[in-house]
Amino acid sequence: MASTQSAAAPVASPAIAPMIVMEAVEKWYGPYKALTDINLSVRQGEKIVLCGPSGSGKSTLIRCINHLEGYSKGRITVGGVNLTESAKTIDAVRRDVGMVFQQFNLFPHMTILQNCTLSPMRTLGQSKAKAEATARRLLERVKILDQADKYPAQLSGGQQQRVAIARALCMEPKVMLFDEPTSALDPEMVKEVLDTMIGLAEDGMTMIVVTHEMGFARQVADRVIFMAKGEIVEEGHPKDFFTAPKHERTRAFLGEILRH
Amino acid sequence: MSSQEILFLLSGLKWTLALSAVAFVTGAIFGLLVALARTSPNRIVAKAAEYYINVFQGTPLLMQLFVVYFGLPLLGLKLDAWIAVAIGFTLHASAYLGEIWRGAIQAVPRGQTEAASALALTYWPRIKDVVLPQALRISLPATVGFLVQLIKGTSLAALVGFTELSLAGKFIANQTFRPLVVYSVVGLLYFIICWPLSLYGARLERKFAAASR
Repeated sequence: MASTQSAAAPVASPAIAPMIVMEAVEKWYGPYKALTDINLSVRQGEKIVLCGPSGSGKSTLIRCINHLEGYSKGRITVGGVNLTESAKTIDAVRRDVGMVFQQFNLFPHMTILQNCTLSPMRTLGQSKAKAEATARRLLERVKILDQADKYPAQLSGGQQQRVAIARALCMEPKVMLFDEPTSALDPEMVKEVLDTMIGLAEDGMTMIVVTHEMGFARQVADRVIFMAKGEIVEEGHPKDFFTAPKHERTRAFLGEILRH
Repeated sequence: MSSQEILFLLSGLKWTLALSAVAFVTGAIFGLLVALARTSPNRIVAKAAEYYINVFQGTPLLMQLFVVYFGLPLLGLKLDAWIAVAIGFTLHASAYLGEIWRGAIQAVPRGQTEAASALALTYWPRIKDVVLPQALRISLPATVGFLVQLIKGTSLAALVGFTELSLAGKFIANQTFRPLVVYSVVGLLYFIICWPLSLYGARLERKFAAASR
């Protein structure tokens, strides 16, 4: 692994070069500052949980990583590619970065299988047979292969979210972003989605997860990052983060969400 | 009415249908371009499409036909009545369909485009495979409704001397001095064409409403 030379980052060895680097990133919505001086480096295989009150900029932060939102200042590098406004770098980064949304966002006019094969065929130029083979393997992995020919509306929320995970994996991403993946689910469906994500983490996927599921954070995260008002307030290993939070705002937040 | 007179009305109907079909097909092609331009991330393109729509929605169709039929020859472009009305109705239809489809494109939830973008799909596959199929479904009842308006609207072509159904009716009415009978028959012919379309539009609306549930 260490001997393979990455074309994108010729200087550093890929084992050491971080997968995602954000340097002094700022994001403005008109006069409103959504992100302030974000510095974040994510190693390959690292699992990060982002938490914080609503409006703290966690979703905005991960949406900057695949350029669903442009950023105003600073620098973002993903897999050695410096993400700019150019379509070329945006496309390159998006090929490496999968994303799962709160509202699943499956394509309602396509079957589960078609949802999974669309981008591999259109973007990666895979044959239908190859794309379908990959899709079936990944649908099997999220335990939903028997629903492959159904339409999204025929599935439960938990099943739809597992399809969304499989659909993203079909692109063979190096990084997976999760934007509150369980927030829109009925309570009894949260576990099946979290279990799928835990399986993915155990396989070594680099993950950034925006969630309030602190059990998941404790079990899976290498680092928990707490944000408030568009800034990273505190970060640490989950053990330290939950037992000995340093900042008053972190303590207040943890008090709020761990109370019940 | 003699059978000869009825045949004359039917030949008028043929031209009404031909003009409607041409206007709808070419209007749909340009209308799709207008809708894509109108929703383009490029602000200049979007603004140009907006002005185009505003001009054709904000002026009477009859004026548009007059400009094309009487105006263009003054610039040295001598057009056959058939070509002139076809151009006039195409411009008209493209603006209206462009606006209908603009609304439908924007009615597709933003999460759909975002999911497609996150999957690294570029603009064309995003539009073609994800947005347009959903937008078409949303727009279909309004599109069929516009087609009905368009068919009835082709009667304005009579005013530049294009012998479609209405003008054919006028000729027969003048000849027979029985305008009540003749125009009733003409109206009935329009109704026979338009009513099933309206029913079809309503059926599609119910079908898609059920499918998206």
